[in-house]
Amino acid sequence: MEKKKVVDDLKKKFSEKIKEVSVQFGDEILLIERDSLLDIVQFLKDEPYSYSMLLDLTCVDFKGQEPRFEMVYHLFSISNGQRLRIKARLSEKDLQVDSLTSLWKNANWLEREVYDMFGVEFKGHPDLRRIFMYDGFEGHPLRKDFPLRKRQPRIPLRK
Amino acid sequence: MPTRIQKEASKESLLLNMGPSHPAMHGTIRIMLELDGERILNSEVEVGYLHRGFEKICENRTYFNLLPYTDRMNYVSPLINNLGYVMTVEKMLGIEAPERAQYIRVIMSELSRISDHLTCLAAMAMECGAFTVFLYNVKAREFIWDVIEETTGARMTTSYIRIGGVRADLHPGYKAALKKAIVETRKVLKDIHGLLDKNKIYLNRTRDIAVVSQETAISYGWTGPCLRSTGVYYDVRKASPYAVYDQLDFEVPLGERGDNFDRYMVRMKEMEQSLRIIEQAMEKMPRPSPSKLMADALEPAEAIKASRTKKVEKEIKLSPNLEGSERRKYIDILGTDKKYVVPPKEDTYTSIEGIINHFKFFMRNHGIRPPKGEVYFSVEGGNGELGYYIVSDGTDRPYRLHLRAPCFHIVSALEEMIQGRYIADVIPTFGSTNMIGGELDR
Repeated sequence: MEKKKVVDDLKKKFSEKIKEVSVQFGDEILLIERDSLLDIVQFLKDEPYSYSMLLDLTCVDFKGQEPRFEMVYHLFSISNGQRLRIKARLSEKDLQVDSLTSLWKNANWLEREVYDMFGVEFKGHPDLRRIFMYDGFEGHPLRKDFPLRKRQPRIPLRK
Repeated sequence: MPTRIQKEASKESLLLNMGPSHPAMHGTIRIMLELDGERILNSEVEVGYLHRGFEKICENRTYFNLLPYTDRMNYVSPLINNLGYVMTVEKMLGIEAPERAQYIRVIMSELSRISDHLTCLAAMAMECGAFTVFLYNVKAREFIWDVIEETTGARMTTSYIRIGGVRADLHPGYKAALKKAIVETRKVLKDIHGLLDKNKIYLNRTRDIAVVSQETAISYGWTGPCLRSTGVYYDVRKASPYAVYDQLDFEVPLGERGDNFDRYMVRMKEMEQSLRIIEQAMEKMPRPSPSKLMADALEPAEAIKASRTKKVEKEIKLSPNLEGSERRKYIDILGTDKKYVVPPKEDTYTSIEGIINHFKFFMRNHGIRPPKGEVYFSVEGGNGELGYYIVSDGTDRPYRLHLRAPCFHIVSALEEMIQGRYIADVIPTFGSTNMIGGELDR
């Protein structure tokens, strides 16, 4: 299926939920309303669009802008061989978004990574805790206000 | 804080810790098992022991300077990691490498893929007790590393593939070395088929163990040999060909059941295809332009002296240490646009404009500055789709760089794969996922 048709269908169905459609370096990008993420992604995952794979999930910190954080989802359709990038903006005061763990299993670890690195809360995640850093680590390292050489406090030995 | 499994485990069962430092876990990863006798009731995988903050470091390095960090992601196939990063930046800049460089890139990434698969299978077989296979595989890998070492100057931390092309041309004796590596690898592959394919001990630990269905594999975001072992046809080299893969003839081997044995078999067959690709690329690669130095070439010091009175037209002799940085090689292996590639050393060493260009390339806020925007590009790595997502704000360092590590998605399925199996099955299952700590933890 043509990618253009997918975008057109999405616009028809979720008209005002899709804020912006753009193309950068040949990749289509959809900027959507945060609250309709699950609906849109579910719509894309089903037939006939069949974006059946969650290729990647990450976050970008635009410090100084409002809303500050941007979630980036890369979907992939094996049958069509196409990728689609979906983005949703999150404000710092209300830093949460729906979890995709109900749709894809790898969302579990990917969301834990974003939680660890950026502190984004995922609603409906079964086991949201740090993945790379240890318990007792202070701050979220990939945020722009986290200094490169920040020291961490010592943690007491486990009894 | 108690971990998930400590909270969930029942009082009667035994909790066992495998790793982070376990003889059969090549790489630091911790697997906590809840056991009933030998049977695994529940498990939890903990990663992050090799986290080095790759993405954070990259935000503080220029596009040129962060290349060596990509070597250290999947350190078994560093050249593919170089290629993935470099092609992502090239996509932003809108440039393409010269044709000869494209072929060199393909040869190098296929050599890396073979060495990646050989290492994975060597470790997997050794942990099942087949030590001979390990030795044979490492022997074949040594011939491959010989080619890589002579060309790139390093075995693991190559940093060979550069934005715009590659760092140096293939070394003069590469054809013989490559042919030898191909012959020896074929021999070893045949031996390994003989040693393992019908080996009862190996089959008992691999056939129908850790079966993963197509749906599960897709749901976990698997790519690469692991996905193909379940029978899904997806290979980045075929789905969206990069470099010159569309001009080469190769097949994508598929498995049927998605068990440990299929993951082994797909890797074995893929190595044969990689050898085919290398043979074709060797044939099709355009010849280098004549690069013999003129007899009247000047030493850099003489050239500077001569340039005081008039412009120097003669060629300049460079130290052999600077091989690959000569202007006459650039046409074949690196672009010639001053904005993207290091200026040729003849200029840097003999003229004031040359040295200014050189400093401008490396100076803060003056080097490679891709336009604003974001880009995702992926190549087929040893483990699957290796993707880079870069957000550029128009400066000389990436605003955000994210690596889509194929291994991360594969290892996240490990808990489900070993559920309900015996402890002894953990080892070959873990081996077949080809966990690479550097890529997994970044």
